[in-house]
Amino acid sequence: MKRKAVSLMFLVLSSFLVLTACSSDEEGSGDDEKVVEFMHLWPEGNSTAHYNIVNDIVEEFESENPGVKVELEVLSNEQYKDKIKVLSSSNELPDVGMTWAAGYMEPFIEGDQFASLNDILDGEFGDLFVPGTVDAYSFDEEAYGLPLELNIAPVFYNQAIFEEHGLEAPETYDDFLNIVDVLTENDVAPIALGNKDAWTGSLWYMYLADRIGGPTLLTDAINGDANFTDDAFVNAANEIQSLVDKGAFVKGFNGLGDQEAKSMFMNEQAAMYLIGSWDLPNYTTSEDVPQEFRDSIDYFKFPTVDGNGDVDSFVGGPGVGLFVSENSEVKDEAKAFVQFFVEQWGEEAVQEAGVIPATKVDTDEVDLHQMYIDVLDDLSNASNITLFADVQMSPDAAQKHLDLIQGLFGAEVTPEEFAEEHEKAME
Amino acid sequence: MDKVMSNKLMIALYVLPALIMVSIFVFVPLVLTGYYGLMDWNGIGAMNFIGLENYKELLFDLKFWDSVYHSILLAIFSTLSLGIYLLISIVLDSKIKGSDLLRKIYLIPMLLSSVAIAQLWLKIYHPTNGMLNSLLAFFGVDHTPDWLAEPQIVLYAIFVPILWQYAGFYILIYYAALKNIPNELIEAARIDGASPLQIALKVKLPLISGIIKVTIVLAIVGSLKYFDLIYVMTGGGPNGHSEVMASYMYKEAFSSHNFGYGSAVAFFLLIITLITTYIIRKLTASKEDEVQY
Repeated sequence: MKRKAVSLMFLVLSSFLVLTACSSDEEGSGDDEKVVEFMHLWPEGNSTAHYNIVNDIVEEFESENPGVKVELEVLSNEQYKDKIKVLSSSNELPDVGMTWAAGYMEPFIEGDQFASLNDILDGEFGDLFVPGTVDAYSFDEEAYGLPLELNIAPVFYNQAIFEEHGLEAPETYDDFLNIVDVLTENDVAPIALGNKDAWTGSLWYMYLADRIGGPTLLTDAINGDANFTDDAFVNAANEIQSLVDKGAFVKGFNGLGDQEAKSMFMNEQAAMYLIGSWDLPNYTTSEDVPQEFRDSIDYFKFPTVDGNGDVDSFVGGPGVGLFVSENSEVKDEAKAFVQFFVEQWGEEAVQEAGVIPATKVDTDEVDLHQMYIDVLDDLSNASNITLFADVQMSPDAAQKHLDLIQGLFGAEVTPEEFAEEHEKAME
Repeated sequence: MDKVMSNKLMIALYVLPALIMVSIFVFVPLVLTGYYGLMDWNGIGAMNFIGLENYKELLFDLKFWDSVYHSILLAIFSTLSLGIYLLISIVLDSKIKGSDLLRKIYLIPMLLSSVAIAQLWLKIYHPTNGMLNSLLAFFGVDHTPDWLAEPQIVLYAIFVPILWQYAGFYILIYYAALKNIPNELIEAARIDGASPLQIALKVKLPLISGIIKVTIVLAIVGSLKYFDLIYVMTGGGPNGHSEVMASYMYKEAFSSHNFGYGSAVAFFLLIITLITTYIIRKLTASKEDEVQY
């Protein structure tokens, strides 16, 4: 009897060993073959075009570089963010992966997780990028990431609704206020805004601060060179609240997500929508959206306020970028892959996936929808691009900023309190 | 077999695998959470030992105490709602027509995942296209509320789906407990001339009091650490008006990259839950308390 019990015990224990053994390493590939692990966040399901381009580029890279193999791991956005954090805390980042700019990268840089990419940026390769885009990924003159996307945020508007009420794209902020008044009088919601996510409301605040206080004010304030209690910020906050009082934004915006706001705009329940140019496919080429709707959409630049400001100054900035892990065992190959990827991506992204790359695009060479060409032109004529506030700030300050934005839009704080709280959050 | 079971070493060996599992996945992380709570750590870089600083900060963090208040409100509401569930199960138990079907209908919300429920209620609460506001507008209400955007309403608006989600679960537990009451007892009461109300109050309720205590603990502890629907539906917003302890912890640890501080919040949450459970057990303890939890 006892023996039986003991053997049963062994069975249980050994099954344990088997279970744990299953998860052990899979890195044991051949000695002569180098493996570059690449983790990206464009799954086949919801970013088919992106996913296919990545596969093409990887295939091409492997055929041009015999002996190097690229292993892919694909996760969706939120899962990716979680996993990369866990991996980095145990020094196990993939050789190449994706990151967001500025504040998001900061903890990784402080923890020496990303490798400097200055060596490959020297020379011709570095000139491929739109000037200034790599800066968002640089700390102390060292670049730790290479951007793949570049966006600006224009105000998209529904021409059909505008025409119905005899309106035109505004030149000045007064025109804009007039549009809001006319639309509200006719029971049309002027602006779709999903402020549950708060960065969406932040865009409006950023533009007003930019026009009233000048294009560098916000960046200066975040860097500590200017003060958030500056009159321009208070005025911008004031302006936000008077827009809310006018009923400029859709009902219940503080409880709506950006996706819900978008669907209101796309169902023609709201006339305007301020969002990044990553949304362009919805208004140009996407087959999932009715042609009629796509044709009725155009965009305008955020107008000047009382003659102040420059319409060519945009809120926007690079999206995801590539990093190379500092602890990678195949750093040279990883860097070569990153360089190859950026070059190929620049050629294919706009055409195939509707993504505006951070590398220069020759508009004559590619066949694009007119709105893409307009945005690309605006990008090259932009006098300034202010990076999204919540990306610029450190994660902690960004969270406070976003909460405050919700408070400001919900009229829970006065513009003065908002300014003071902001200044405190920056410390 | 008796011989084996009387061997202490054997018992220890059999318990070992489960014990190892529980230790690795429950107790070690618990201790680690408390340990991280003593650190200034962003989750990636180097840790700095700062002693009890995080806990001190926590004591004066108004946003945190707001979230504690919201969690306690939720606990109170879910406990009160237990009374309604009990009533429903007593009615279901009384052999009314279609009680089987009703029981299944009540159980449906429990079969849905939290995210699906959240999506469903987001649609119901939508300020312009939502079912609720369309209904109100149909009855001539001019200024329909923005359920998830107005600071005074949002918390209660979100309690509704949370309570709705668990209704079926508690009704099922009560129903099963009521079914377990021996028929002889009820018949005896009836022969003695007890009215249905008296049977319910004086026979059935005392007999399932153990189960009621368990559900109270489940409801309170579950509410204190509640997270899913709030995270999906409002993310704690607008401006923190629907934040509960668990969502605040998540925000601090994973959005603000204050992993140390987030851990302190988590540890505090654990302590509050432990204390509450202890107090409830003391309050409801009786001599013949057989149910152990």
